[in-house]
Amino acid sequence: MNAATELSLETAFAESQIGQVLDKLDAELVGLEPVKSRIRDICAFLLVDKLRSQLQLTTGAPSLHMSFTGNPGTGKTTVALRMAEILHRLGYVRKGHLVAVTRDDLVGQYIGHTAPKTREVLKRAMGGVLFIDEAYYLYRPENERDYGQEVIEILLQQMENHRDDLVVVLAGYKDRMEQFFRSNPGMSSRIAHHIDFPNYTSGELLAIGHLMLKQMQYTLSREAEAALREYVELRRTQPNFSNARSIRNALDRARLRQATRLLAQRAKSLSARELMTLEAQDIRASRVFTQVARGRAS
Amino acid sequence: MRLTQGAFSFLPDLTDAQIAAQIEYCLQQGWATSVEYTDDPHPRNTYWEMFGMPMFDLKDAAGVMEEVNACRQTFPNHYVKVNAFDATRGVESMRLSFIVNRPAEERGFGLVREEGAGRNIHYTLGRRA
Repeated sequence: MNAATELSLETAFAESQIGQVLDKLDAELVGLEPVKSRIRDICAFLLVDKLRSQLQLTTGAPSLHMSFTGNPGTGKTTVALRMAEILHRLGYVRKGHLVAVTRDDLVGQYIGHTAPKTREVLKRAMGGVLFIDEAYYLYRPENERDYGQEVIEILLQQMENHRDDLVVVLAGYKDRMEQFFRSNPGMSSRIAHHIDFPNYTSGELLAIGHLMLKQMQYTLSREAEAALREYVELRRTQPNFSNARSIRNALDRARLRQATRLLAQRAKSLSARELMTLEAQDIRASRVFTQVARGRAS
Repeated sequence: MRLTQGAFSFLPDLTDAQIAAQIEYCLQQGWATSVEYTDDPHPRNTYWEMFGMPMFDLKDAAGVMEEVNACRQTFPNHYVKVNAFDATRGVESMRLSFIVNRPAEERGFGLVREEGAGRNIHYTLGRRA
């Protein structure tokens, strides 16, 4: 009996190929240790739960609705995509697609428009994961006739009735989500997993930058690498910093500058290496550096 | 008299699981499904009443089944059918249509005689009272 269960846990793990997804999660997402360990916990629980049901032990159908809180650019959408895949592999959602929506997609424009609109989105998400970005916008206490409340009511009802068909993930900034849950206790209690996404450290942001460049097939010259490190440090202290997204934007702009630089010297023949390499000047031309210089001067 | 319109109508009524499986097939083909109902199943009554909007971009049959069940609940004594529309260029028509709900008692049709010019008799199908 003992050996048999051990064996089946092993095979269940292999069969679900969950190891691959978790490895991919580790490889593609830098940092986010608390998130990863939480996902591993959920995976383990679901796997064990599945085995328990095979042995006809009692299993409460696990509630899988989640809330992802964290600052912009901390990887909430990416993790939600992976989560859909993981739940699909484990057989908890049938299709494993992700439907990402915001308030606009759910709330109608006039009386009686909201319910059909929300239901349509819910129907599209069935068999997969519904990802509601910036979910706190659904609840607007300052306007009691706001249709967002209707969306919340329908969501609550469907989250209960269609537990097998639908997993709902709410995402947003931490403080505002907490306020949202305080004003909608029904929502809070129906969500089993509250996962908080921490900000990235400078080292992690740099690693993310390298990962992005690798995917885009670019490399950094040694000076550019130092410039990027400096850039990350500076950018973190400036307003509207949105973690990985800021890094992506910075790299995109560096690519633009590189293209302009190459075009300026078009008489010269180019090597593949030059096409791939970002130089320090491409990064140092950023507004971020000049703003700091100006700040020091004044 | 059992109404025989659409696919599967000579078979015993499909179970919900079978209906879901058929819808699943439709969605896999990329067809848009819709639910319609009527109390007048005359063969020439091509356009039944729509129950809600046609459903596009669905991935799973659960959404359609919800709509089917809602329609059955609202109109337990009507005919309800599921349509699957193929929007592929050059096709643009219904690919599959089958009945998912029938009234408890199906009245069927009767023969209606109409006298025309020169005492000619025209025959047609009419609703049985």
